[in-house]
Amino acid sequence: MNIPPELKYTKDHEWAKVEAAEVTVGITGFAVEQLGDITLVNLDVKVGDVVTAGKTFGTIESVKTLSDLYAPVTGKVVRVNADLAQKPELVNEDCYGKAWMVTIESTNASELGALLEPAAYKAHVDAQ
Amino acid sequence: MTTDALSRTPIYDEHVKAKGRIVPFAGWEMPVQYTGIVDEHQAVRNAAGLFDVCHMGELEMRGQYAAQVVDYLVTGDVTKMKDGQALYTCACNEGGTILDDLIIYRASQERFLVVCNASNHGKIAAVFQKAAENHCDFEDISARTALIALQGPKAFEVLARAGADAAKLVELPSFNFRDAIIANVRCTAARTGYTGEDGVEIFCAWDDAAALWRSLLELGQDLGIKPCGLGARDTLRLEARLSLYGNDIDETTNPIEAGLSWIVKLDKPMFVGKDALLAIKGAPLPRKLVGFEVTGRGVARHGYPLLDTAGNVVGICTSGSPGPTVGKSIGLGYLPTALSEVGSQFLVDCRGKHVEAVVVKTPFYKRAKK
Repeated sequence: MNIPPELKYTKDHEWAKVEAAEVTVGITGFAVEQLGDITLVNLDVKVGDVVTAGKTFGTIESVKTLSDLYAPVTGKVVRVNADLAQKPELVNEDCYGKAWMVTIESTNASELGALLEPAAYKAHVDAQ
Repeated sequence: MTTDALSRTPIYDEHVKAKGRIVPFAGWEMPVQYTGIVDEHQAVRNAAGLFDVCHMGELEMRGQYAAQVVDYLVTGDVTKMKDGQALYTCACNEGGTILDDLIIYRASQERFLVVCNASNHGKIAAVFQKAAENHCDFEDISARTALIALQGPKAFEVLARAGADAAKLVELPSFNFRDAIIANVRCTAARTGYTGEDGVEIFCAWDDAAALWRSLLELGQDLGIKPCGLGARDTLRLEARLSLYGNDIDETTNPIEAGLSWIVKLDKPMFVGKDALLAIKGAPLPRKLVGFEVTGRGVARHGYPLLDTAGNVVGICTSGSPGPTVGKSIGLGYLPTALSEVGSQFLVDCRGKHVEAVVVKTPFYKRAKK
């Protein structure tokens, strides 16, 4: 199970790369493994939109199922990965890299502290 | 779903060893995928795939009047079957809706095998057992009967390596079956399947199934054979527009609207549901099960509402997924007859998003004839 040590995580299997107030978000290797072949990534937000921690910012379709994408933190969307609309397979190929989904400018510092450390996320996955 | 302990097929340990992801399905622990749904799907379209379908129910009806009893319970004409023939059919209730879709095998004039869906096993066993009372013998042989499907354009190349008798199975006509020896296992092979590809479905003793499974995978390894899970089984059957009980057909749907008129023989003297089906056939059909392509961005899933272009709910999606071979987002659903023509445009309500779709001809995928 690939759980990069430099990232933070959510129980919904999103990863968050925290750089000052900017939080870049994607889904974890475990999520990708569970979903299988990704066929569509629908990011329902654009730059300037405000997202709320725990609320959906899009959906991801695999062959088998549709899953929601949850914002790990509250804030303004500052970047959206436009490549994913045409290349959903990037999620299968490089979920921690090229398949980043959005970057959010966090407005609530306490939410950052609530994100899971890699060890805690690993324990969460192992318990599934 | 009951909370009873889940059953395991005789091939369960092989699934675990091959790192199949196991899920509960109709009371069984079944592999949903091994390497990935698309990968397994393509193996079946391009080479060969092996499916564990031991969870399905097998019922035997034996005796002088077995043919008449089975014939009374299903919509197809069992009395016209010959030894060694298989028949796709369905059992209806008196209201003409579908209890299950089935394959009937005539071993002899006095011995028929009925294969039903795992999800309907208890219900169908009860119906056949009750009908057999005082007329013929009924035996549920599911617990000792394993079933493995070998499907794909290279299925018979695999069998050609499985012994002299197995090599000759390529001569078996479609929807025929016979006893065979495959990889030293005594079995019954039928030229049937649920993938849209050529291939066989193989019945054998419960205790021989794991060995047969291992042998077929080994024999076909360099040909690209793969073990396949329920996920690929679903995308393959959908592309071939084969109905899935519980999705496209159930006790609220009748075979006429489901596009299964071809398996309903209304010229039979009598069978359960005949009067209701005659009435349905004699009146304009309110709705039809159609195949469609999602032309907008989205995937239609079972249970999503179908809307007319004005946004009114007019139907329901019964199956849907990306079609790995056809390369499109496809589905099946019930639409009012007026909207069911090929080319008819409508919308799928994908959890609040209205996505464009169009009725298309089915099957979505048809294999090239040799």
